[in-house]
Amino acid sequence: MEIKVLNHQDTRSGYGDGMMELGKINPKVVALCADLTGSLKLDAFAANHPERFFQTGISEANMIGMAAGLTIGGYIPFTSTFANFSTGRVYDQIRQSVAYSQKNVKICASHAGLTLGEDGATHQILEDIGLMKMLPGMTVINPCDYNQTKAATIAIASFDGPVYLRFGRPKVPNFIPEETPFIIGKALMLKPGSDVSIFATGHLVWKAVEAIEILAGLGINAELINIHTIKPLDEEAVLASVAKTGCVVTAEEHQMHGGLGDSIAQLLGRKLVAPIEMVAVKDVFGQSGKPEELMVEYGLDTPDIVNAVRRVVARKK
Amino acid sequence: MTDINNLKRISTQVRRDIIRMVHACQSGHPGGSLGCADLMTALYFQELRHHPSSFSMDGTGEDIFLLSNGHISPVFYSVLARSGYFPLDELAGFRFIHSRLQGHPATLEGLPGVRVASGSLGQGLSVGCGAAQAKKLNHDSSLVFVLMGDGEQQEGQVWEAVLYAGARKLDNLIAIIDYNGKQIDGAVDNVLPLGDLRAKYEAFGWHVTPFDGNDMEAVVGVLQQARIMTGQGKPQMLLMKTEMGMGVDFMMGTHKWHGVAPNNEQAARALAQLEETLGDY
Repeated sequence: MEIKVLNHQDTRSGYGDGMMELGKINPKVVALCADLTGSLKLDAFAANHPERFFQTGISEANMIGMAAGLTIGGYIPFTSTFANFSTGRVYDQIRQSVAYSQKNVKICASHAGLTLGEDGATHQILEDIGLMKMLPGMTVINPCDYNQTKAATIAIASFDGPVYLRFGRPKVPNFIPEETPFIIGKALMLKPGSDVSIFATGHLVWKAVEAIEILAGLGINAELINIHTIKPLDEEAVLASVAKTGCVVTAEEHQMHGGLGDSIAQLLGRKLVAPIEMVAVKDVFGQSGKPEELMVEYGLDTPDIVNAVRRVVARKK
Repeated sequence: MTDINNLKRISTQVRRDIIRMVHACQSGHPGGSLGCADLMTALYFQELRHHPSSFSMDGTGEDIFLLSNGHISPVFYSVLARSGYFPLDELAGFRFIHSRLQGHPATLEGLPGVRVASGSLGQGLSVGCGAAQAKKLNHDSSLVFVLMGDGEQQEGQVWEAVLYAGARKLDNLIAIIDYNGKQIDGAVDNVLPLGDLRAKYEAFGWHVTPFDGNDMEAVVGVLQQARIMTGQGKPQMLLMKTEMGMGVDFMMGTHKWHGVAPNNEQAARALAQLEETLGDY
């Protein structure tokens, strides 16, 4: 795949545009929103399909329960609010009324991670992937750019089962070609290599694209694989890559505990032991600041991936 | 009157089932189950328009009942089995391993008649709001019933749903509150008083009907009246006064049988007060 920046867009707009598309093609899709219609880019869906848009007010627990109830009538509900209020705030509602009850609810979460920026740690949830992946039967997806988020939004409507779809606030490079199919649970090879396997998800995928160019200049031929579906993990793709390269770097905008790196380390521990370094937040809360400043501050920037690769390649020898 | 007498005979057998189920596994919640036996009998054998022998999750064209206070699962399972959702024999598996009759109702094992898991309190009315919205979208004129406990009204999520249903005029939604005045730690008025529940629901845009939930004639009448009053722009709350432990003298007038199973001697004393009207499972 040739990687080039197509434009700069926010992943949440991929969600909003995906919902617009679903509104046209799937009459069973309904949207619920807890007072963040503009932030979740649902204005167009709400205007075009008012009968299928449910404004719940600032009542996230009720929104999750209502979504479970709407599935009973045969609908495919997409709940929409910030990632913080989509997970930790409503964990028991998701656990009992959605996951344990096997309801076909799509929990769609914007403003995940540090790149929410200035609002600070109250809103910068970095634990949501871990919370959601622990729930039996929950599919967890964290797309990397506008095109992938739009494709994922459309894809999950045709998938029967609860899904957590996580995306973000800022405008970032949009680089996955529009025609790339989104296959739930299938890792996406971005660049083959032989010296190290980089598994990246969400906003960190672009950082990893930047990192592999720098690494090439250092004589390190890195393989870059986009893990957009954290659960179920594409174990086959991970193991095949690590069998070839012998060492691993994971990169994500999430706590180290409970995130993508955690899932891959667990898999490797069981099936194929290899040195691993994790680019992730190290058990601390974030703070207010500009998104790019925060990514540097908490070690989630391009040089952090480069350094992690250099460390892990050294450990391999 | 014959109908009422027949319903009373069924509810007596349901009460026997409750005692026998919790006694067999030595766990579960007899108190609230006994108190709600008349309502659940009236719903499942009289008021609900449903298809017990061909259960479908989406419930299109059927009334939907959701049990929010999932701990009174014994009464729920008894009326489901006796109205034909699943074989009566399965009641013997209540709370035993590899049974479809989980301690609190669940969908995972595929038990017909259950449409959402409940047990963690406060969630059922929200599910009911969604199911009621779906019925409106589907132009389906059947109804959604949700039973909650009175102690459950202490959960914040209940009031999110009460606000939503009132504001959105969900007039195909009927909530029933089992107002027995007791919860695990004692009288509701001692644990955390609810105040004037009727006034509170009315202030949120609901129509409220208080009634005696252990008077079968009253129960049937209130449910019939509630159906007539649907479609008039307001959700309804039926404030159902019951006696926890109703039908077993030593389980009444106390909160102590909320979640305790009778021993052999107590079970025998209880069953001696409840005639075997339809045959035990």
